[in-house]
Amino acid sequence: MSGETAARVAAVPGAGLVLAGVGYRYAGASAAALVSIDLRLEPGRVVGLAGANESGKSTLCLVVAGLAPGVIGGRLDGSVRVDGVETKAMRPHELAQRCGLLFQNAATQLSGTTSTVFEEIAFGPCNLGLPGAEVVSRVWWALRAAGIEPLAPRDPARLSGGQAQLVALASVLALRPGYLVLDEPTSELDPAGTRLVADALARIARETGAGILVVEHKTDVLAQIADEVVVLERGAVALSGPAAATLADPRLLALGVEPPAAVRLERAVRASGIEWSQALAEAIG
Amino acid sequence: MIPADEEALLPAYVRRIPAGGYRSLNPLTKLTLAAVSAIVAFGVRGWTGPAVVLAVVLSSALVAGVLRRMAPFALATLPLVASILLVNTFLYPNAHDVIANLGPLSPTWTGATAALQATLRVVAFGLSAALFALTTPIDDLLGELERRGVGRRGSFIVGSALGAIPRTVERAREVVDAQRSRGMDTEGRLWRRFRGLVPLIGPVLFGALAEVEERTMALEARAFTAPGRRTILRALPDSGWQRAARWLLLVGSIAAVVVSLAGVVKLP
Repeated sequence: MSGETAARVAAVPGAGLVLAGVGYRYAGASAAALVSIDLRLEPGRVVGLAGANESGKSTLCLVVAGLAPGVIGGRLDGSVRVDGVETKAMRPHELAQRCGLLFQNAATQLSGTTSTVFEEIAFGPCNLGLPGAEVVSRVWWALRAAGIEPLAPRDPARLSGGQAQLVALASVLALRPGYLVLDEPTSELDPAGTRLVADALARIARETGAGILVVEHKTDVLAQIADEVVVLERGAVALSGPAAATLADPRLLALGVEPPAAVRLERAVRASGIEWSQALAEAIG
Repeated sequence: MIPADEEALLPAYVRRIPAGGYRSLNPLTKLTLAAVSAIVAFGVRGWTGPAVVLAVVLSSALVAGVLRRMAPFALATLPLVASILLVNTFLYPNAHDVIANLGPLSPTWTGATAALQATLRVVAFGLSAALFALTTPIDDLLGELERRGVGRRGSFIVGSALGAIPRTVERAREVVDAQRSRGMDTEGRLWRRFRGLVPLIGPVLFGALAEVEERTMALEARAFTAPGRRTILRALPDSGWQRAARWLLLVGSIAAVVVSLAGVVKLP
């Protein structure tokens, strides 16, 4: 039985993306980038990942997507399972169909060899050698899921930052992964672009049932889309729990994470002696 | 390649059936024409080779409707053309038919003729490459090469390298702007411009390398290394006469060079 077949047989769809005691050290590095990470991502749920720079967020994304150590080397301890299958047992193209990874820079993710957004999104399914009808159907599905159908005929090289990021997202979606790992998808975007991507992510989680792990510095985005939030510090989990509670945790700022505007406003209101009420919170939105 | 009934599912902007004589040629035929142009322009002695290539390229550009868009490509050859003209006209070895004595410099008719001939060769080749680039989408070329058995990796490297040029230029521009904002003088005399290049090399080179790493990972995340044949969405037109023409052109151009070099036929 080939490795690919073995991975398919062993898979338990919907079992979740589970990290147990994960540690990772880059090749040649003296210190570990990740230490004893436990994390669970269920289908249809959004887990936000926050933390200061160098806290290990991007490394965790690479580990979850199997690119570390699969492509870049290094040493992985513990277990990373996608739907019950160890990522170590899968080859990159198999993993890409289970766990999609989106980087922060859309420009490096687009193939740079296609003339239209439609063909750019078809790049992944074409790599898999799928029948033409299946490729076309997946592309339309991904375009709809990302909310960018009108962009289909456009040249990928002539899109705005937000549009390019959504095209990169649709390109990953076209491989129909059960889980998405997004490394700061809004970091290079203006507020309008950020809103576009955040709305698309919320819709994708709701409508496709994909589990989403999203690294994000903009905690307002996490407050909008995440069910749970995990905060990393020096490669280890420092805080985790339901999004609302974690983002309101007083330790957040000390961990290098700015609380969402609503939390800061509430604190400012309370500090000035004004009574904070549910009605006031709803009025502020 | 996908079957015709499945191809019908593709939107018109993906099927992109090329219109017009030259544009509807198979990418490989256009690539062969560009290669043959280079062979003839540089390999056939005298004026005939480059003049024929230039005539064919310009008339093809006219038919393809890209004649005006070739102007920037012609301008891009200017620095090389200028140096060819200067060096040959003024410093051609063993030429004694002096046009005029300009102080220590003595331009010669022999040098000027050689310079013009070399210029014609460079411009003819430059414009034939421009014609190919302006009439052939990269993805069409890649699809065609892959369909003909060139490995996915090989054809992607070609396309990606072509696509990387504008990005590298853009990054270089950003680095120059950053240097200027920090007070470095990158304009004016040649020496200053050269000095300005030195700090440009590091950021552009390392930036490009970092981009390659991220691009590699992004490709893995898009199943680039999946085994088996890739699906090719669009069938590109090809025909028996184009296949025959490609071989004829290649063999004919090599024969023309051989005949020219052997001096069997005296060409002007």
